[in-house]
Amino acid sequence: MKKAFPILALLTAALLGYALYQALIVAPREQTMGDVQRIFYYHVPSAWTAFLLFFINFLASLQYLVRRNANTDKVANWVVLTIAVLTCVAAAVIGFVPALKSALPEGVQLSSIATTGPLIAGLYFLVRKLFSVEAADALAVTTAEVGVVFCTVVLVTGPLWARPVWGIWWTWDVRLTSTLVLWLIYVSYLVLRRFSSSGQTPALAAALAVFGALDVPLVYFSIWIFRTQHPQPVIGGGGSIDPRMLHVLLINWLAFLCLAFLVCWVRYRLELLKRQVEETQALEALLEPRSAVP
Amino acid sequence: MNFLYAAYTATWVIHVGYLVTLGLRYARLKREIDDMSRKDA
Repeated sequence: MKKAFPILALLTAALLGYALYQALIVAPREQTMGDVQRIFYYHVPSAWTAFLLFFINFLASLQYLVRRNANTDKVANWVVLTIAVLTCVAAAVIGFVPALKSALPEGVQLSSIATTGPLIAGLYFLVRKLFSVEAADALAVTTAEVGVVFCTVVLVTGPLWARPVWGIWWTWDVRLTSTLVLWLIYVSYLVLRRFSSSGQTPALAAALAVFGALDVPLVYFSIWIFRTQHPQPVIGGGGSIDPRMLHVLLINWLAFLCLAFLVCWVRYRLELLKRQVEETQALEALLEPRSAVP
Repeated sequence: MNFLYAAYTATWVIHVGYLVTLGLRYARLKREIDDMSRKDA
């Protein structure tokens, strides 16, 4: 894997360069907003990447909490499987009952309901298979930190887009406020990890992360549920997008996903190394002769 | 246009800044590992 890193880094750099070229030169100019709309190609993929990282943080934190006890681990596995089956059954039932189908909110499709549960279960068991309990904790720290970086990009590019388009830098509407709250939750998670040295810190942080993750669907669905200043989603929502713009958007998202993967990789290795050093230092401190003690 | 360039620049400043902090943290850890190996020797 170490040998693959430079190659992946080069490919990611090339992809990011290509995505930047697509966003600034190739993507068509939006009629109403003009060139400033091109902020969209960095703002939206950064938000999606941050959500994905926070979701992985949620799964890793949940696993750190439940896998420390064999019984809770077993119960959690069954709950995840049940959720996967129930979403498929629910999608089938809604598909057969026209009244239920017509009651679905605009933009919510049956296929997305049917695939959400199995997708969550798949990711859950993938993390379970690839990471031990301690490694899951390291993964949680990694994804929270990188997620905060991407969320910071969202919070910085958002006002820079809003100022010329809305005439204001910021407004306290639900989408913007819930995103800020999400950022604050994960910053407090990182502060807790950094400055608390108690043995219970990973468990406390994991519990905070599990509750913090509840804000992610609120941020995402807030524009459907509440009346907000923020525009409707361009995919699966009430908004629409030129296919050429969609193409550039997806290329930029892929580039940001590759960047996030590489940065997470580096940060994860760093976290494991840090833990090894701390363990060795603690062991050395225990083995040192206590000559200074009277 | 200024807002567009400001947004793109800010994005890269944030990402590069974070990568620099990762590099600094790695260098600090490396120093600690070197100190420990010197002590052991």
